Amino acid sequence: MDFTIPDDLAEFRKVVRRFVDNELLPHEDHVEEHDGLPEEVERSIKKKAVEIGLNAIGMPEEVGGAGLDVLGQVLVTEELFRALGGLAEVVPTAPSILLACDDAQRERFLLPCVTGDKQWCFALTEPDTGSDAAGIKTRAEHRDGSWVINGRKRFISHADSADFAIVFAVTHPDREKDRITAFLVERGTHGFAVGQTHKTMGHRGYRQAELVFDDCVVPAENVLGEPGHGFDIAHGGLSSGRVMTAARCLGPMARLIDEGVEWAKQRVQFGRPIADYQAIQFMLADCATDLQAARMLTYSAAWAADQGEAAKIVSAKASVAKLFASEALGRVADRVLQIFGGTGYMNETYVERAYRNARIERIWEGTSEIQRIIIARNLLKRGMFA
Amino acid sequence: MNIVVCVKQVPDTATERKLRSDDKTLDRDAADGVINELDEYAVEEALKLKEAHGGEAAVTVLTMGPAKATETIRKALAMGADKAVHLTDDALHGSDALSTSYAMAQALGRIGFDLVVLGSESTDARTGVLAAMLAERLGVAQLTQAKKVEVSGTSIAVERVTEYGYDKVEATLPAVVSVVEKINEPRYPSFKGIMAAKKKPVETLSVADAGIAADQVGLAGAWSEVAEFAAAPPRGAGTIVKGDGDGGTKTADFLVTKKFI
Ligand SMILES: Cc1cc2nc3c(=O)[nH]c(=O)nc-3n(C[C@H](O)[C@H](O)[C@H](O)COP(=O)(O)OP(=O)(O)OC[C@H]3O[C@@H](n4cnc5c(N)ncnc54)[C@H](O)[C@@H]3O)c2cc1C
Ligand SMILES: Cc1cc2nc3c(=O)[nH]c(=O)nc-3n(C[C@H](O)[C@H](O)[C@H](O)COP(=O)(O)OP(=O)(O)OC[C@H]3O[C@@H](n4cnc5c(N)ncnc54)[C@H](O)[C@@H]3O)c2cc1C
Repeated sequence: MDFTIPDDLAEFRKVVRRFVDNELLPHEDHVEEHDGLPEEVERSIKKKAVEIGLNAIGMPEEVGGAGLDVLGQVLVTEELFRALGGLAEVVPTAPSILLACDDAQRERFLLPCVTGDKQWCFALTEPDTGSDAAGIKTRAEHRDGSWVINGRKRFISHADSADFAIVFAVTHPDREKDRITAFLVERGTHGFAVGQTHKTMGHRGYRQAELVFDDCVVPAENVLGEPGHGFDIAHGGLSSGRVMTAARCLGPMARLIDEGVEWAKQRVQFGRPIADYQAIQFMLADCATDLQAARMLTYSAAWAADQGEAAKIVSAKASVAKLFASEALGRVADRVLQIFGGTGYMNETYVERAYRNARIERIWEGTSEIQRIIIARNLLKRGMFA
Repeated sequence: MNIVVCVKQVPDTATERKLRSDDKTLDRDAADGVINELDEYAVEEALKLKEAHGGEAAVTVLTMGPAKATETIRKALAMGADKAVHLTDDALHGSDALSTSYAMAQALGRIGFDLVVLGSESTDARTGVLAAMLAERLGVAQLTQAKKVEVSGTSIAVERVTEYGYDKVEATLPAVVSVVEKINEPRYPSFKGIMAAKKKPVETLSVADAGIAADQVGLAGAWSEVAEFAAAPPRGAGTIVKGDGDGGTKTADFLVTKKFI
């Protein structure tokens, strides 16, 4: 078994680490305090990210992405998310669903996302449907060659700053399946508005908001993929989305452990560094074990995807990685905060911020319960996946 | 325009660096080798000059160092340099600044150049003399400590950092330039750059290939040698001066005993 990271990826990972240290970490206090970045800082981060090829890392090179395989994307994501989400999320990305763009849509939507010139948002979740995504109620009706959308989305990341939304709506309510269509809806479209911005627990600077559709008329050329097949194009990216969520948990775990070790060595109580106490050592040992296990699961799921293993198996492995890594991050953040004592409860520490940020990882991209459902379904059908 | 940028591999300043007990030279195997920080600025400047030049211009990396210095060469190539020359030979081990400049001047003679760009100082030996020595040996103009470089046609103008501000220095190519940190912001290598670097040509030169007289380099040819070395004494606990209105006097007295004032 060979776990060696290929040389060029190892080298690029070092570059990303330096980028994070120099370009992202210095702005953490600002993003935490102001729930966003000064425009010129945001622009500069985007520009440098594009120069290095950190943007749209999973997108093919023909569209201007880095064309990294899944393992490469995992390694880069892990490093990037050593920075708080509000900064890491500034690096331009493009969702794989946009590869379904036709030629005209490519120019208008896909390419500007790859270069960071346009911000997108992914609008699926609604007040009445989250985990059960197929149960969405937003409707789009065909009228005079256009589509008229009515409904409400919530918890949509980047909704308030997005230039366009990828919106899922029911177009064929009478069908058993193939009921849902994906639309590209531009900001400023009549009948399309941003609702309230949510006040959230963590990830300052990475905001969520509602989107409201009130007789919003969208031309036929803004349908993404085939009408009725919105979920087919969305599901293509689901496994890799879960692996990337797992990768997002590795960066904070690594940084928390570094900070925990350093703190334990220098904090003296009862005349000795607290690192001398076995109670503290055991917490650190458990953290290291959690990180190591999460890494192996995530890398191996990425590896399985890159090797072209059967989609169902990759899906199960991706769910295992996402489930374990997100829960491990919760445990690590909790222990390291404990090692920091009261200091870890103070907002100026990374630990406090990471603790709050960690909580979302068990909820989005499929909750822990949904991951267990996917894993169990696989297990019951096919037995243990090798 | 033919630009050669001199890039040195140095031990990572973040790790513990030490000298070898046998021949008192730097233990280059003990620490991770990294690109000398200022040399990243030199590479960046060379690339910028190439980009500004528009026409035919090439940037060649020149490194003198052991086999593992190839990692550093790749780094410079990943930033965008076109090709590299690696001057490597056991006979070069232990060279002092004078013989290093001789060996590198010989290599530069082989490569050919309009402009040689260096960092103004390395982080390991820190003599800061190489640019001047090279210019002297090559018989070309030296423009050191540059915080700005402009080339137009065959003339070159730099702003040279001084204690009081800067001097404007002009010369005619060919020339040797050394740069300071203020000059630019080195680019990050891109993933594509890292991949491309693997395919760029790296020519290896031995002492014989470069026409270097083996007895004038290495430990044997060195004019200076490290006679003795000792580890810096560990930092003591420090002295705490308790002030009852006389803290200033006590502090001053302490500094006098230590010969600071
Ligand atoms: C910060 C943030 C950003 C987000 N960004 C986006 C975005 O950009 N785009 C977007 O479309 N959505 C986004 N979401 C929504 C997110 O994907 C959903 O919150 C998530 O899918 C869970 O849905 P829900 O919140 O409605 O919870 P629910 O589905 O109501 O779940 C509530 C609880 O019930 C459990 N549960 C549900 N079904 C089952 C079952 N069958 N068996 C056992 N337990 C079950 C869940 O695990 C959970 O514990 C975001 C959410 C947050 C908080
Ligand atoms: C701890 C220590 C102390 C030393 N003390 C002395 C001493 O007192 N006297 C002495 O003569 N020698 C000394 N040496 C030897 C010295 O390391 C070599 O001569 C060295 O190759 C040149 O000196 P420098 O690195 O100080 O060059 P600098 O002049 O400080 O370096 C300036 C620039 O020259 C270029 N450059 C330097 N070396 C190379 C290289 N090998 N390949 C490519 N480009 C290069 C780089 O662009 C660099 O930024 C010492 C070495 C060590 C490790």
